[in-house]
Amino acid sequence: MATSQTPHASPHIVDEATEGVPTFEASGGDWSDIAEEAARLGEERIVVNMGPQHPSTHGVLRLMLEIDGETVTEARTGIGYLHTGIEKNMEYRTWSQGPTFCTRMDYLAPLFQETAFCLGVEKLLGITDDVPERATVIRVLMMELNRASSHLVALGTGGNELGATTIMTQAFTGREEILRIFELITGLRMNHAYVRPGGVAQDIPPGALEAIRDALPKVRDYTGQLGDLMLANPIYKGRTVGVGHLSLAGCMALGITGPVLRSTGLPYDVRKAQPYCGYETYDFDVPTSTDADSFSRTVLRLEEIYQSLRIVEQCVDRLQQMGPGPVMVADKKIAWPAQLAIGSDGMGNSLDHIKQIMGTSMEALIHHFKLVTEGFRVPAGQVWQNVEAPRGELGVHLVSDGGTRPYRAHFRDPSFNNLQAVSLMCEGGQVADVVVAVAALDPVLGGVDR
Amino acid sequence: MSDAPKKPSDEEKDAAAAAKGGSGPVGTPDPGTPQTTSEAALEAGAQNAPANAVGQVGPGGRPELDVVDVRSGMFGVADAGDTSGYGGLVRTIAMPGPSERPYGGWFDEVVDVLAEVLGEGGTAWDDAIEKVVVDRGELTLHVAREHVVPVCQALRDDQDLRFELGLGVSGVHYPGDAGRELHAVYHLTSVTHGRSLRLEVSVPETDPHIPSSTSVYPGHDWHERETWDFFGIVFDGHPGLARIEMPDDWPGHPQRKDYPLGGVPVEYKGASIPPPDERRAYN
Repeated sequence: MATSQTPHASPHIVDEATEGVPTFEASGGDWSDIAEEAARLGEERIVVNMGPQHPSTHGVLRLMLEIDGETVTEARTGIGYLHTGIEKNMEYRTWSQGPTFCTRMDYLAPLFQETAFCLGVEKLLGITDDVPERATVIRVLMMELNRASSHLVALGTGGNELGATTIMTQAFTGREEILRIFELITGLRMNHAYVRPGGVAQDIPPGALEAIRDALPKVRDYTGQLGDLMLANPIYKGRTVGVGHLSLAGCMALGITGPVLRSTGLPYDVRKAQPYCGYETYDFDVPTSTDADSFSRTVLRLEEIYQSLRIVEQCVDRLQQMGPGPVMVADKKIAWPAQLAIGSDGMGNSLDHIKQIMGTSMEALIHHFKLVTEGFRVPAGQVWQNVEAPRGELGVHLVSDGGTRPYRAHFRDPSFNNLQAVSLMCEGGQVADVVVAVAALDPVLGGVDR
Repeated sequence: MSDAPKKPSDEEKDAAAAAKGGSGPVGTPDPGTPQTTSEAALEAGAQNAPANAVGQVGPGGRPELDVVDVRSGMFGVADAGDTSGYGGLVRTIAMPGPSERPYGGWFDEVVDVLAEVLGEGGTAWDDAIEKVVVDRGELTLHVAREHVVPVCQALRDDQDLRFELGLGVSGVHYPGDAGRELHAVYHLTSVTHGRSLRLEVSVPETDPHIPSSTSVYPGHDWHERETWDFFGIVFDGHPGLARIEMPDDWPGHPQRKDYPLGGVPVEYKGASIPPPDERRAYN
C-alpha cells in the first residue's frame, strides 16, 4: 500500500504490498477502540473506506482514503456498484428503443444522453438536416432546462454535504419548477425517453410555453437565493475556496471537461467548439474562472444556470414565432406512423390511426407492425457525437452493422472520466475537504457505471 | 467535421458496394485482397443470394470493403426447423472501406502533417497507418497496434495537430472479422483547432494486446480499464489494468458478442415473453 504513490489508478486496494501491515476494520466498531489499537501498534497510517453507501458521495461511490491524522495521503476511487449493463442492453433493442435505455444513465441529465444518442443515429442515417427545426428547438429547450435542474441538484447536494440544509431545500424547490415542465411536456419527471431518432416523441402540449414563461422567474429567483446563501457566506467560502484545486494542465491531461475545466480559465464548451442542434444561433456566454477551486465551480454553475435560462427564453420565443409544425422527420420508414395520445385506458394510442389501420389499410397495419417490432435499418458504419452535458463533454460512439439494433453503443460519460481527478484533487488535503472536492466534480454514479 | 463530404451508403453491404461506387473515396478494385470472409461470402452468395446482389460484389470491379461478418438466415433461426424461408439468405456485413484522396476539409492537412511527423520519428506511414477512412464527415485512422503510442504522441504534441484532449477508449467486438476480432477505438479532440478524429486499432482475440496510451493521455486510464473489463483487450504498460465496472473476480468479458445478455422469461397477461437476447432478431 505504502509503496504505490503513483498518480494513476491502481489495482484493487488489497494487494501483496499490504500483507503484514496491520489493518483496522472500521465498520460499525467503536472508533476509540480502533484508535487505541492503532496507537498501541504504533501505526499512524489509517486506511478509511468511505462508501459505497455514504450519504456524501453522490450515490454509490467508494473512496479509499489513506489518512495520516487529518491529512489524506492517498485517495483511490472504486466504482462499478451501479453497473447495470445499459450499453449491452441497447444492443438487444431497436434504435428507437435506445433512448429508453440511455436516458437512465446519468439520471440527473437524461435529456443529454437521449439527444446525443439520437443525433448519433441521425448522423448514421444521414438525416441530420431533415430533422424539423421545431424538434431541434424543443431539444435545445429541454436540454437547457435540464442543465439548470442538474446544476441545481449539484449545488444543493453539495451544500447539503457541508451541512447547509437550506441550500439543498432551496435548490430542490427550484428544480421542482423545472421537473413540472418536464412532466407537462414528456409525461415524466425523469427517464423521459422523449427525444427519439428523427425528432421528439410528441409536440409540446398546449400551454407549455406559458408554463415555461411562468416558471422561469421562479427558477431564477431560487437560483438568486442560492447565490445569496453561498457566494458571500463566510462558512461556505471557508470550506470551498482553494479546496479541490485542479490546474489546467491537470484537466487536459486527465480529459476533464465541463465546469471543472472552465474553472481553470479555458472556455471549452462543445456548444461553442463544435455546435450541434443549432447552438451557434443562440446568444449565450460561457462563463470561466481562473481560480480552479471548488468555490469557483459553484460560481460557474450558478452562472451557467442563468445562461441556460437565457437560451430557454430564446427557444420559447422561437417556438412561439414558429407556430405548429412537425416534430419528427417526414420519412415514414423512420417516424412512427401515429401521433400518439394518451387513451382512456392510459396507454399511448391514436384512435384515428387504429381505426385506419384496422379498418381500411392492410398495408398501413403491416407497416406499423414492422416499424414497431422490427424497427428501421441503419446503414453500417460508426459515428461519434459529442454534446455538452452539465458535467462536461458527453460522447456517444455508435456502431451499426446495418441492422435494426445498435451493434455497439458506447457512452463516454463525463462523470466517469472526471472521477479520475479525485486523487489529484484530494491528496495532501484534509479528510473533510474530500467531500467538498467530490461535490465540486459532481459525479452522478448512474452515468459513471452505466 | 461538418465540411467533409458525406458519403451515402446502404443498409446491406451489397447495396453499399453499389452506392459507394460513384461517390469517390473508395479503394481500388483488388480481387486478390486477403479477406477470407468476403471470399467465403462470394462463394456462398453465388449459390444462395439473388443474382443481382452477386453481380454487385463480383470479382474484378468490386470496390474494396471492410467486411466484418458474413451471416446467414434471418430472424435468428439456425436449426433445421427453419420455416421462415430465409434460411438460405447470406449477407455480408461491411464497414465503410478505405477512402482515397482528397479526403476533404482539414482531413488532408492532418494526414499530411501526421505523416511528416511520423517520418521524422523514423516511422513509415504505411507501417503505422493501415488505412484512412472518411465516412459521414468523420476521419478514422486505422493504426497498427505497435505504433499507436507514437501516433498518439505525434497527434498530441505537434503544434499543427494538437489533439490534446483524449476523450477515451471504446471497444467493439467483431467475432466474424477473422484475425481482427477486437477493435479499440480512441476519440481525440483538438481544442486548439476545433477538430476531432478517431483512431481504431484491431487485434486478434488470440493475442489481444495493445500498448497503453496512458503515457500520452493519462485520462485514458479508466477508459482502458473499462475496455479491458468489457472486451478483454490487454493494454500493455497500463499502470494498473484492473477491472473497473465488473467485480474483480468476474469471469469473462461481458461486452463481447459471444457473452450472453442473460435474463428470464416474463409473464405478462398470460403470455410468456422471452428474455431480450432470445427474442426474434432481424439482423
